[in-house]
Amino acid sequence: MGDESAGAGVLIEAVGLRKVHTPRGGGEATEAVAGIDFRVHRGEAFGFLGPNGAGKSTTMRMVAAVSPVSGGTLRVLGMDPKTHGPAIRARLGSVPQDDTLDTELTVRENLLVYGRYFGLPRAEIRERATQLLDFARLVDKADEQVEALSGGMRRRLTIARSLVNRPDILLLDEPTTGLDPQARHLLWERLFRLKQEGVTLLLTTHYMDEAEQLCDRLVVMDHGRIVAQGTPRGLIAGHCTREVLELRFDDQEAAAGKIRHLGDRQEKLPDRLLVYADDGEDALKAVHRTGVEPLTALVRRSGLEDVFLTLTGRTLVD
Amino acid sequence: MLRALWRSPAVAGPAALVERNLVIYRHTWYLLLAEVFEPVLYLLSMGVGIGALVGHVPGLGGGDPSVGYVDFVAPALLATAAMNGAMNETTFNIYGKLKMLHTYDSILATPLRIRDVALGEVAWALLRGTAVTVVFGAAVAAFGLLHSPWAVLILPGSLLIAFAFAAAGLAVVTYIRSWQDFQLVQLVMLPMFLFATTFYPLGVYARPVQIAVECLPLYQSIELVREPSLGVMNAGVGLAALYLLVFGALSMALALHRLERTLVP
Repeated sequence: MGDESAGAGVLIEAVGLRKVHTPRGGGEATEAVAGIDFRVHRGEAFGFLGPNGAGKSTTMRMVAAVSPVSGGTLRVLGMDPKTHGPAIRARLGSVPQDDTLDTELTVRENLLVYGRYFGLPRAEIRERATQLLDFARLVDKADEQVEALSGGMRRRLTIARSLVNRPDILLLDEPTTGLDPQARHLLWERLFRLKQEGVTLLLTTHYMDEAEQLCDRLVVMDHGRIVAQGTPRGLIAGHCTREVLELRFDDQEAAAGKIRHLGDRQEKLPDRLLVYADDGEDALKAVHRTGVEPLTALVRRSGLEDVFLTLTGRTLVD
Repeated sequence: MLRALWRSPAVAGPAALVERNLVIYRHTWYLLLAEVFEPVLYLLSMGVGIGALVGHVPGLGGGDPSVGYVDFVAPALLATAAMNGAMNETTFNIYGKLKMLHTYDSILATPLRIRDVALGEVAWALLRGTAVTVVFGAAVAAFGLLHSPWAVLILPGSLLIAFAFAAAGLAVVTYIRSWQDFQLVQLVMLPMFLFATTFYPLGVYARPVQIAVECLPLYQSIELVREPSLGVMNAGVGLAALYLLVFGALSMALALHRLERTLVP
């Protein structure tokens, strides 16, 4: 038990993993996760990128040994969640999408009580709680009620709480959704520090910049399936040109007809036209040569958003 | 050996949950006094007030004339206090934790399982129910209303009552869809409180009604503590204990089954 039998350093392995939700009292069953394969190695930061409803959170709950697997195989820390749920959960840290802090307890009590669920001795938890409050920058809030915390503070407390058992793997479901930019950057910095300390991170996000900042490797999910996987750089290089030219027009239809031949590929969005080209400035010059006058023109490096658009024809955040 | 048992997951899991509730209760312990206050008010108004009119209840305490109406009512109020203390905890409080606070979502991400949560909550409710009974029981004893050494059986008796109703409450709460549904619970609990021989003996009913009342869990709970406190020990007490044990165990099984459906995503 607990051996990484799937190969050296493989902490999570999913083969043909499926999750089917059958509504109670009849109704059509929906396949939230439709057969996915992935492996997560020790020390890695592994991301699930995709829009809402892609099956990311469902996958996370199965890995967390909270939601039963409907099909395929899943090994977490070399164990089967079906038979070794408590043993797996003992070595995981879990940060759910909505903060589920115990609002009846103070900030410090949240850590002290949570540690007891793992059967840790009180003295050890007390010491650990002090370190974690420091890590989460909540030392001066230690004796406040959870209600008194801002959204960013709550999220940091949830992360601190998930670290109380010194987990091998930290699961983060949409860790920065709903936070303001400053709070997001502080959180990223904390997560980066954890990664440097050797904690394996598994996270879901629908933010490109988050995936690019934090993930060593990621899979792109859509409709319960994996549509691409690799490193952030590799995915961009493999599915996109180096740069993107974003154009806005008064009459997009008319303009699009005249510049159809430009760039490697084009993508029409309701409010703008994207021209994929290795050299965006060159493409812009070519646009001007056709006599078309865009309202605005922006050249930028392509990112994971573009990868997703290329793969699915849709944007990530509607 | 005891230490090893205490540390085994089967005990440590529920114990961790009890500990959580204790940490919260440190801030709100005075609520316990409020719960004792209610039966004390009933004891004063019904027992002392109406007792002055009623005088003696015929056929009580083996015809002992020192046993008055208040002695008859006090044990019933004690059983009711144990019932309410336990059931309030597993209905109102757990509903809040299930539906509003989502307390269990984060707990079930730890090694704890649903049965640890269920057992822990029932154990806690049992502790609370018992605490209410002990404080109220002390008040009853101080009034000089306990007539027999058998009255020591009140303590294990109220533990059993608290267990049965804590488990029943846990089963009930899984069916509750909104705060309005608690009215339906009251619709059962209030008549049971009024008619389960709390304020008068079973003998006032016609036989078919007697049988219906005898099936009520509160009637059996009252039997369990009233008889010993009046010094009457008979088979009925053992039967009441057995009834509550079975009632509690069945409720617990139903509660576990229902919680698995509610809490597993």
